[in-house]
Amino acid sequence: MASPQSLFEKIWAAHEVVGETPTTPGVLYIDLHLTHEVTSPQAFAMLRERGLKVRRPDLTLATIDHSTPTLPARDGRRPYVTEQARTQVATLRENCRDFGITLHDWDSAYRGIVHVIGPELGATSPGKTIVCGDSHTSTHGAFGALAFGIGATEVGHVLATQCVLQRKPKSMRITIDGELGAGVTAKDLILHIIGTIGVSGGTGHVIEYAGSTIESLDMEQRMTVCNMSIEAGARAGMIAPDQKTFDYLRGRPLSPEGEAFDAAVERWRELRSDEGASFDREVRINAADIAPTITYGTHPGMVVPITESIPAPADASEEKALEYMGLDAGQSMIGTKVNVVFVGSCTNSRISDLRAAAEQLRGRKVHPDVTMLVVPGSEQVYRAAEEEGLHQVFIDAGAQWRLPGCSMCLSMNGDIVPEGALAISTSNRNFEGRQGPGSRTLLASPAAAAAAAVAGCVADPRVNTSEAA
Amino acid sequence: MQKITHLAATTVVIPQDNVDTDQIIPGRFLTTTSSEGFGDALFRDWRFDENDQPRPDFVLNQPAASSAGILVGGRNFGCGSSREHAPWAIRDFGFKAVISSKLADIFSSNAQKCGLLPVVVSEELHRWLLDNPGAEVKIDVEQRHIEAGPHAETFPLDGFAQHCFLNGVDALGFLLEQDAAINRFESQRG
Ligand code: SF4
Repeated sequence: MASPQSLFEKIWAAHEVVGETPTTPGVLYIDLHLTHEVTSPQAFAMLRERGLKVRRPDLTLATIDHSTPTLPARDGRRPYVTEQARTQVATLRENCRDFGITLHDWDSAYRGIVHVIGPELGATSPGKTIVCGDSHTSTHGAFGALAFGIGATEVGHVLATQCVLQRKPKSMRITIDGELGAGVTAKDLILHIIGTIGVSGGTGHVIEYAGSTIESLDMEQRMTVCNMSIEAGARAGMIAPDQKTFDYLRGRPLSPEGEAFDAAVERWRELRSDEGASFDREVRINAADIAPTITYGTHPGMVVPITESIPAPADASEEKALEYMGLDAGQSMIGTKVNVVFVGSCTNSRISDLRAAAEQLRGRKVHPDVTMLVVPGSEQVYRAAEEEGLHQVFIDAGAQWRLPGCSMCLSMNGDIVPEGALAISTSNRNFEGRQGPGSRTLLASPAAAAAAAVAGCVADPRVNTSEAA
Repeated sequence: MQKITHLAATTVVIPQDNVDTDQIIPGRFLTTTSSEGFGDALFRDWRFDENDQPRPDFVLNQPAASSAGILVGGRNFGCGSSREHAPWAIRDFGFKAVISSKLADIFSSNAQKCGLLPVVVSEELHRWLLDNPGAEVKIDVEQRHIEAGPHAETFPLDGFAQHCFLNGVDALGFLLEQDAAINRFESQRG
């Protein structure tokens, strides 16, 4: 009998075109290559220089998200932050046209953040290898795909050959069992995991998330978890597909139809780690130990339960982080004044995230000292939110309802947190200046971010909800 | 890609742990479509103040930096995004190698692909390098060997990456040679 295999090993083995040797890496076939305006221009330029074609334009999908303005066009002109940003988008448009790649441009009902639209389109599915010149490609692992970020040079490799050169990473399984407490979200879970294993705890590994807690999560929550695998240093994060996965994918524009879909589901059911599969590292986490969680430093591993105070710095780097944040050890997180609230990014910009934020804001007002941006992850989310009237909740509360894109997650489109301001953000990185030069960031769930918008300071989202009830 | 067989150069030390790619090159410099000329953006917000004036106390603004060839970073250097602009900026500033006790995965892979040598050393040597900024370091790529002060050790370097550095070739050539195998793979899957 064949030895038991993990989900990761099954997918890896099914895509190995040429196995690795001590002197050469393995050649891994890629089923879906997602691309956007920021990490692709240099790769397309390389193709042109060397006279190469895109090998499989049919397996390549492009969108515009990072440099795109979230304010509407004025007099038919999109308000790009710089002409260079406009050119970057135009360059992708040109490249997609010349190389025959489908681009979800401004006129597409499916434009949006690359990691939000892949699943929405049904392009993301179990068992696929998926890459993108973007580290949060791990998001797609929520569907039982092996999905990881690559650099611009590798984007060129995939365009030219539909393959990447890889050494097989190590594997880690994180098993989370038990029920999450009331008001504890998938974002709190992943922040807690990063705090537990550390920001380089996953380096060199592909993480499989398993256990009853993971099984209880819906697909959007699973995406939030897999999304931040990179914040723990991991190459990829993945979750075995189950009925929820299949139900999510049924009827999506690029999903197989009818009998072909049922046949696909039969194959997808095989995609789980066999009993007795071995992992290079195993971590166990008890769901009951997890509280609503927030970061207080300048990397995503510096986390505390939102109701607790900031711990003493462990070393000089943490000391420097606290100094940058303008926060003191011993200070309680609750009550810390915030200036900006951002609900968005590939971590938390899906419809359930917007619902959670709206629930906090319904019938309330954003604190007068706070600027709040709500940026849906895609045109689909944007429309769904408007159909449900969520946008009106945000607007009535005094928040800004913007067009889909990455926006303030990395602030390269002009949506920035002002110098020195403190933001609470549903995104994934709290690095120094990530949201603009001199900006400071607290990462938290959509509910916690919206609760802070109302209070003007960090607040326990569970308290707000019960007051409203 | 430029060939690197041996390297003898002095270091610049940026000792903080977990230096992320947003520090190495902030997001706002990513709207370009070029892959060159990122040297000015390297550590932009650590090097320059709000008025774009150099901060004299930051190491990259000190005279020794311009002649240094090796960047020594704290643990988990290069974490964060997959932007290859980060190693491009380090390379464009004039560094040939980056040393740490732990380098982030994608950063390290990107560095190899643009001709910046990633060197992971023991905690001991790392500590010594952090404590001795400006030290002279010798690296032999063929032997995967590094010497600095009283220390000498070997470092891990993927066999294929080593081949690329020693011969100044990039990986695409190798990948293009796999065409027949890729065709076979595609036709077998139908
Ligand atoms: S939302 Fe943020 S993390 Fe996600 S793809 Fe965009 S910039 Fe990257």
